[in-house]
Amino acid sequence: MNRRAPRKTAMLMAGVLVFLFLLQFILPAYHHSTFSKIMVLASYAVGFNILLGYTGLMSLGHAMFFSTGMYVTGICVYHFGLTGIPALGIGLIITVFVSMLIGAVALRTSGVSFLIVTLMFGQTAFLSVLYFDQFTLGQDGFTLTKELQPLVLGSTSFSYTDPNFKYNAAWLLFAVCLILSNLLILSPIGRVLIAIRENEERTQMLGYNTYLYKLFALTLSGTLSGLAGSVHALLFSYVGATFAEIHHSIAPLLWTLLGGVGTTLGPLVGTGIMHYLIDFTSGWTSAYLLIVGAILVLLVIGAPQGLMGMIRQKWMQWLP
Amino acid sequence: MTENEKKATPVQEEQKTELSRRSLFGATAAVAGAGVLASQLTDPIARTAYAAGSDAPIRIGFQVHRTGIGATYGKWYERTTNAAAKYINDLGGMGGRPVEIVAEDDGTDPKRGADVVEKFATQHKVDFVYGTLFSHVVMGSSPRAGELKIPYFVVSEGHHVASGKLNRYVFQPCITEVPSQIYAVSKWMFSNLGKKVAVIYPDYAFGYDHRDYSMEAAKKNGGTIAAQIPIPPTETSFTRYFTKIPRDTDVIYHVMVGPGVLTFVREMGEHFGSRRPEIFGFIDSLEGVDINSPGLDFLDGTYFWEAMPRYADGYPTAAEKVYRDAVGVNASGASKSDSKDVSTYSHMFGCWETMFAIREAVEQSGYRNKRDYPALIETMEGFTGFNEGIAHPQGPKVFNGKNHQCYGNQFISKVAGGKLNVVHRTSIEDGMYDSDVDYTKMSL
Repeated sequence: MNRRAPRKTAMLMAGVLVFLFLLQFILPAYHHSTFSKIMVLASYAVGFNILLGYTGLMSLGHAMFFSTGMYVTGICVYHFGLTGIPALGIGLIITVFVSMLIGAVALRTSGVSFLIVTLMFGQTAFLSVLYFDQFTLGQDGFTLTKELQPLVLGSTSFSYTDPNFKYNAAWLLFAVCLILSNLLILSPIGRVLIAIRENEERTQMLGYNTYLYKLFALTLSGTLSGLAGSVHALLFSYVGATFAEIHHSIAPLLWTLLGGVGTTLGPLVGTGIMHYLIDFTSGWTSAYLLIVGAILVLLVIGAPQGLMGMIRQKWMQWLP
Repeated sequence: MTENEKKATPVQEEQKTELSRRSLFGATAAVAGAGVLASQLTDPIARTAYAAGSDAPIRIGFQVHRTGIGATYGKWYERTTNAAAKYINDLGGMGGRPVEIVAEDDGTDPKRGADVVEKFATQHKVDFVYGTLFSHVVMGSSPRAGELKIPYFVVSEGHHVASGKLNRYVFQPCITEVPSQIYAVSKWMFSNLGKKVAVIYPDYAFGYDHRDYSMEAAKKNGGTIAAQIPIPPTETSFTRYFTKIPRDTDVIYHVMVGPGVLTFVREMGEHFGSRRPEIFGFIDSLEGVDINSPGLDFLDGTYFWEAMPRYADGYPTAAEKVYRDAVGVNASGASKSDSKDVSTYSHMFGCWETMFAIREAVEQSGYRNKRDYPALIETMEGFTGFNEGIAHPQGPKVFNGKNHQCYGNQFISKVAGGKLNVVHRTSIEDGMYDSDVDYTKMSL
């Protein structure tokens, strides 16, 4: 790696975060709100990317982690009357536990088997949401509009429904996820994860316990995804089974593939492009998913490493 | 008293007198009855002239299920909405302003639903959001409508609005919700088909309403629920569930939806043969499906709930004929241009009627722009019902301004001769229940 790469990376990431922060002052209302959502979902994709992009493990059950955070936080608010931050904290703790537990079992497999096992766990989580409908309210889900109290910091109170609060909370979440993922990738642990992705047997031969490293990656990945789910519940006031469905596991895969697998900015780029692609094309035709699919196929053929991957390959080899 | 309040309709006038619930229903029914008579004689809808010059169209954001699981409904909801908009515009629009429909597909997905509401309010800058059917999309979208403080009129039949879970900006003014439907038809079912009922329902939210409220209905009507059999939404084979039905069951009450329904009916026929109990279903199972489809023969002699009879002779009023013609449906409930394109007739009337309810609220509140939302919402909350007529061809409605939900008549039809034949029409009172939900206590 270029010795100046960490410095360049830090400057780029800082630039991106400053740009996103300043964007809120010029965006029209609709795009202001849309970007809030994109940053929360991009945080979910950042979590997913740690597992797929840097560890080489493709999960089809990540909606389970997202919905664990979302439901635990939502249920704490809806059924137990907790305020946002304690509910978020409990959601985070439970997601760490669930991620470790699922990882401990799923990582006994690898390759396609890992894909299938995570898919099965994801479906189990989805069906559990439907089965325990007295808590989850089944397919319909529930809203937090009435139950969620404003966030009180000192003498100041912030409403979760306030657009500016929403944007800045989403920005903060994304900043935390982005910085964490960059620190990880630039750290010795991150180098080991990349080594596992490239050649697990060789990494084992070098003396690393790859199982533990993979468990760490899956736990971190699941935790960031769950954190995004918790924040989504608080900022957008809705908790529903749609976030536990398989589509919501496939979504971060598509966002990451589009933006660039194994690039820390790829999830943000992919999530943003996909969101706006659906938004624009659905205004023209009801066959918008066909158009989106065709564009994705073309992109995968033309730039199999994703947009940020292509930029890294051609112009910015230091890009993490 | 404001100028708007001075313009109260006869229906609103009723609210100003202190009446008992029973006398209120009676009075409402009388007004509604008068409306029926009037509608048979002449078009009761006042025509208004477009105000000249400065009046821009009233833009209604239509959240439509063009894709996803609700696409069949969405197609007919869109046709009905466009027909209603055309009819209203031919009458002079809303408050003298033309109506413009701005449609966006939500993919029958709550995630996208909330985005669509956002887009309507902040990008398209519509006056109202309207038209959502699937209850999980309503649940996902309504918080955003409340945050954006934009009136959101749903046509969903879900219990979510009346349950008090949503907010003051959400109304369901023209389609009866599921618990009320169940109470209304259960009374007839327990009286006429039998007291021991086995309930088969899809194992998700829509089914749970039937599971829970059929139990309450059984208690009310001296019946018993012999078995409650949930079927996972992904199930493709049903015979093993039929073995769970006790032998002495009088009635099988089924609410199946989705592509498995044809297999469900065929396997039910193979399992029970001619020695079947009475069978009562909800037409949701067969909305958009030809009753003469291969495999549905076993339904002959069984009963269905319909909110509005699919066949023209089921409820042959002049208003119904006007509505049926306007939305392009033939006497058998299919598209006039394609007899294989069967409508979702028991739900889509809600779009037509909701458009007219919006019109009434706009005109009575004197709505001009978004600053008038509080007046419009308070006006809507002041409504106590809607008269039957071209604006409300399904029948009269009682509207509860506190829980933002309407209650109407339901129909029970028997399958015979390859069609649905109406055998009973419930009263509005059959579906009423006490509600302590009061959205009017929420601030605007």
